[in-house]
Amino acid sequence: MKRRNEILVSLITLIRKEIKRYLRIWVQTLVPPAVTMSLYFVIFGSLIGPRIGTMDGLDYIQFMIPGLIMMSVITNSYANVVSSFYSVKFQKSIEELLVSPMPNWAILVGFIMGGVSRGVLIGCIVFCVSLFFYPSFTIVNPLLTISVLFLTAILFSLMGFINAIFADSFDDISIIPTFVLTPLIYLGGVFYSINILPDIWRNISMANPMLYVVNTFREGMLGVSDVSIPFALAMIVFFIVMLTSACLFLLHRGVGTRQ
Amino acid sequence: MSQFALEITDLKKTYDSDVVALKGINLSVKEGDFFALLGPNGAGKSSTIGIIASLVTKSAGKVKIFDIDTDVNFPEAKRLLGVVSQEINFNNFEKVIDIVTTQAGFYGIPLKDSKLKTELTLKRLGLWEKRNEQARTLSGGFKRRLMIAKALIHEPKLLILDEPTAGVDIELRREMWEFLKEINAQGTTIILTTHYLEEAEQLCKNIAIIDHGELVENTSMKDLLSRLDVQGFVLDIDQSLDQAPSIPNFPITLEDSTTLNVAIQKDQSINDLFDQLTSLGINVSSMRNESNRLEEMFIEMVKKS
Repeated sequence: MKRRNEILVSLITLIRKEIKRYLRIWVQTLVPPAVTMSLYFVIFGSLIGPRIGTMDGLDYIQFMIPGLIMMSVITNSYANVVSSFYSVKFQKSIEELLVSPMPNWAILVGFIMGGVSRGVLIGCIVFCVSLFFYPSFTIVNPLLTISVLFLTAILFSLMGFINAIFADSFDDISIIPTFVLTPLIYLGGVFYSINILPDIWRNISMANPMLYVVNTFREGMLGVSDVSIPFALAMIVFFIVMLTSACLFLLHRGVGTRQ
Repeated sequence: MSQFALEITDLKKTYDSDVVALKGINLSVKEGDFFALLGPNGAGKSSTIGIIASLVTKSAGKVKIFDIDTDVNFPEAKRLLGVVSQEINFNNFEKVIDIVTTQAGFYGIPLKDSKLKTELTLKRLGLWEKRNEQARTLSGGFKRRLMIAKALIHEPKLLILDEPTAGVDIELRREMWEFLKEINAQGTTIILTTHYLEEAEQLCKNIAIIDHGELVENTSMKDLLSRLDVQGFVLDIDQSLDQAPSIPNFPITLEDSTTLNVAIQKDQSINDLFDQLTSLGINVSSMRNESNRLEEMFIEMVKKS
């Protein structure tokens, strides 16, 4: 019981530290997504959107809102964990955790919760911004929406953690977000339905994991999707389990953390 | 309760780069000891400390902290251990008070208690006035104190310090010596690595010397010093001399016009030296040991290994 309480205290301490870290630099972490997404809504939603017409039977700006929220959640969850965990490695303050009695799983959960909290907070901010541009927006399936929001934040926080484990320089933590995540997100149905693509590109798009995340969230918010929701949810959960196991294995072996 | 704070058995470490850092070290440190672990750069001191603190994974061997096998119950062993690393290992952009409070939290100390403990520890180390400053604004000496504060926040029974006074000015070094002596007197076992051999001689009761990943000496400080064949003495004299006096079997050099350096063999009598100086009309007003006694022996041992 005593040991359990100690672990709980250490976990809360780490989560608190992680949340304080990004709140302390809120101008760098919370404001930019709000500004960027406002620009997307102004340009693609209000100015170009009416000329596009409808997408899957919805106003273009309405169609775009879930995609832009997911885009923000994915990039911020990932960025928070990769930058935070790499920083503690770089500054050697990871030793503070390694010398303490905290188990590896608590260290992992602490960092992931930091990423999840930032991702979800940014998602809420972007949703609030979207209401300025589309005030009549209503969420069709709140339970699915919230579930996918959290599952996505967990999934990409775990990816950020693995990136940070293997990173040896600050370049290494920007390569994946720039050259892998961003293209996949943009081509993953944030701005369009894959039904408008020629067959070959539609089939290729089906191999993009972002498509499943974005469309499941869109199903929750708007009730429209290009993919099978049970399959998409199963895949998200499967990858969360796989990545969690990989992270724990890497921490246990001391890869990137212990010499 | 074990009489040993630390027991290391056949500890080996080979890094991924195939560098063999430890070739099978056996070492025991008694509870309450003030122990020096010495060795030249790259000898294996930091690898040993890293393994004890779980910052480095061992290739083979056993480590026990107060009889707790780290392979069996590392969390419990870690609770008894405090480590002051060689390099600064805190977030420089955080406040001093937050760094220490957070460290307490990582040891499972609830926030209310950790705030109280942090206040006491920072006051004890003269850091309380600087509690709201960002760590990056602290001087090198205060950063070292902060490292010690972090290591002591959970009241460990074994404290390991890896070159704690490196780059610290003499006054602060002396203050830290007094502080370490005080916590050792209160029951904390201390293991110290340092390049200042005078520091080890002043503070430590027992000593181990490690070189090329092997233990080349493990004995008491008194025993080690007693093995010196030659001891250097500095003599202050009343009158001014132009050249060193010539006395058979006592090699004397002139440090300055009123100070003599003399090397005395273990089997020679100091009284003989004084007699002969008196016969030459030289009066000695004071005498002291050269402070580099241990350095001489250290260099000799490392050369042999």
